Amino acid sequence: MQDILFYIFAALTLFFGFLVVVNPFSRNPVTSAMFLVLTIASLAGLFVLLNAFFLAAVQILVYAGAVMVLFLFVIMLMDIKEEERRRFKKFGVAMGLTAVAGLFGIVAKTIAESGVGAGLKPAFEGDTKTLGTALFSSGQFLLPFEIVSILLLVAMVGVILLSKKDLK
Amino acid sequence: MIVKREKLNFWERLYLPALAGGLKVTATHLVNTLFKRGAVTMEYPEQKWTVPEGYRGAPYLVKDQDGATKCVSCQLCEFVCPPKAIKITPPGLAGQTADRANAEKMPLEFEINMLRCIFCGFCQEVCPEEAIFLMKDYSLTGTNRAEMIYNKEKLLELGGVHHDQIKKWEHKLDEAKEQEMFPVKD
Amino acid sequence: MDWFNHLNPDLQFVLLSAVKVLAVLFLALLPMVAYSVLAERKISAWIQDRVGPNRVALPLLSGIPFLGSFLTRLGIWQPIADGVKSFLKEDFTPDHVRKIYFWLAPAITLIPAFLTVAVIPFGSTLGAQKMVIADLNVGILYSFGIVSLGVYGIVLAGYASNSKYPFLGGIRSSAQMISYEIAMGMSVVSVFMLVGDLNLSKVIEYQAGTTLGFIPNWLVFKQPVAFVIFLVAAFAETNRLPFDLPESETELVGGYNTEYSSMKFALFFMGEYANMIVSSAMMVTLFFGGWTLPFFGLDQRAESAQWLTGLAHIGIFVAKMLVLMVVFIWVRWMLPRFRYDQLMDLGWRRFIPLALANILATAVVLFLLNK
Repeated sequence: MQDILFYIFAALTLFFGFLVVVNPFSRNPVTSAMFLVLTIASLAGLFVLLNAFFLAAVQILVYAGAVMVLFLFVIMLMDIKEEERRRFKKFGVAMGLTAVAGLFGIVAKTIAESGVGAGLKPAFEGDTKTLGTALFSSGQFLLPFEIVSILLLVAMVGVILLSKKDLK
Repeated sequence: MIVKREKLNFWERLYLPALAGGLKVTATHLVNTLFKRGAVTMEYPEQKWTVPEGYRGAPYLVKDQDGATKCVSCQLCEFVCPPKAIKITPPGLAGQTADRANAEKMPLEFEINMLRCIFCGFCQEVCPEEAIFLMKDYSLTGTNRAEMIYNKEKLLELGGVHHDQIKKWEHKLDEAKEQEMFPVKD
Repeated sequence: MDWFNHLNPDLQFVLLSAVKVLAVLFLALLPMVAYSVLAERKISAWIQDRVGPNRVALPLLSGIPFLGSFLTRLGIWQPIADGVKSFLKEDFTPDHVRKIYFWLAPAITLIPAFLTVAVIPFGSTLGAQKMVIADLNVGILYSFGIVSLGVYGIVLAGYASNSKYPFLGGIRSSAQMISYEIAMGMSVVSVFMLVGDLNLSKVIEYQAGTTLGFIPNWLVFKQPVAFVIFLVAAFAETNRLPFDLPESETELVGGYNTEYSSMKFALFFMGEYANMIVSSAMMVTLFFGGWTLPFFGLDQRAESAQWLTGLAHIGIFVAKMLVLMVVFIWVRWMLPRFRYDQLMDLGWRRFIPLALANILATAVVLFLLNK
């Protein structure tokens, strides 16, 4: 049951992911964004299969529910006709394929070196309480967590600085 | 003029007392409608509005106290009607004479297009015979345009009998008798 | 029931869940949506000194002396007429719309509202069954996630309609819903700090019993600030007055649903009321003790033999929910619409700091108590 579900969700994730970037039927950015939402949703399904319920819920809540809506918001405000008209450029396609091949090579190498095992145990179960304890214990992930928080804060301050028209 | 904005105090700025006040007003209305006073609206087809005196509703033709047509087909109302809603067909030379003794003629057909009528009351104002009155009907309905053109028969039926206070022709008859001149048939 | 016990547990679970889903959807949610529309119309009429819908009569039932005419005057059959009407109307698709999204949008609005119901415990136990469709241990996060998907329906409707008023409505709603989701989520954090669990059944268990003998242990008394923020944010999330800017009739004709007609419009309409029902259910669960009442031992789970208690629990839950629904409707006929900048100001500069302060205060109190 778990295996079948994994393959279904993995296939869906890949399928929707492809449709985000190379949709043969439509070059409409809104369509791409909607497929990205579907990709995120199937990714959340994969998280559920890993017993990471918290991550799954947050994935939907933050990425599908908030970030992608903002994306949509921005896409809708911009002139999207431009994107629909644009043609593929040979040089761009070649460079893109090279980059993808490079990334794929790195991932393949990592997988080959680590060796795929069936019995890999996660560091901790995806329960909210254990996750919280892990994130906020000084021995474990407290420092990285705080650094990420400060990074986000810096980004936020930066955005406000950039969007302010006149600074005194 | 500059209107000074008063500074709001803490409770006013908090907005919650105002909310509670609003809830109280609406709740009072709800309770009053349900249990005390009832709705202020009327349920139309069952209950009907009684119009005040002098209300200008639909214009109808009236009969006099003897049941005779008062209209003498003078066509003044047709002439004065601003939206041209009235159309009168006179009896013509060999046409029908009036159904009362003291008039020469009456209309062969008298039509009011209620879709055009604006209920201004000019026809009532101008009528020398007091044959047309704006009644209290305000709800005129029909399923097609033809239905909304009221003919003489319908107008007379809707108008009914009008009991004159003045009785102009009786008065004229008496005057004539005194002078022994008879402008009208006896 | 013998054949049922012979099935394997997985299949039993699937069958029971299916029964629960169907029962909740068709026996509870959809009729409640239909009748909350009626309640809205009736209550608005009473508040405005009117009578409200009282004409629709069914041929046989209205013939019952006294009761029949009473029900007709109450407008009990009105939702049936409304439903039939929306099916019979012409389903008009304008020429300039983006067809696929135009068709998808109404469904996307309605489905998240229905999905959220899955984690809400609407009763204790009936027989041996827990009265909740999915007892997730991240229940509240799940429902927030699903609710946040609801905005897609409105945004896509605005985009697909391809005309200016729906577009403005869609833009407004996306900004509004994202803003208030933050305030809503933060207000709930303090609640879960008290409870110590994200599972909604646990939240209800926490609220059983009384303090000082008569005050129920409901979280509305312990976290009044959180409740106020949640309530206001719920109004904003469901696009109800005073925050109905996405569809404000006076400015945007009808907002995101301007181009819709017939059943597609009805789906938007149902979505709004389904969202109201879901958020009242959520508030009942989080702040008003769910299916519990602190008297007569009604705050404990019903044993498997106590069918009556189980039913009473469902009744209590529904009753509490209906009270909140009436509040939703009541407020609509009292407040004028907010201006858009005021709405954003309230969300970002009042409620989010207030919710953060509330979290901080709760943390301090909990720290001092546990010391």
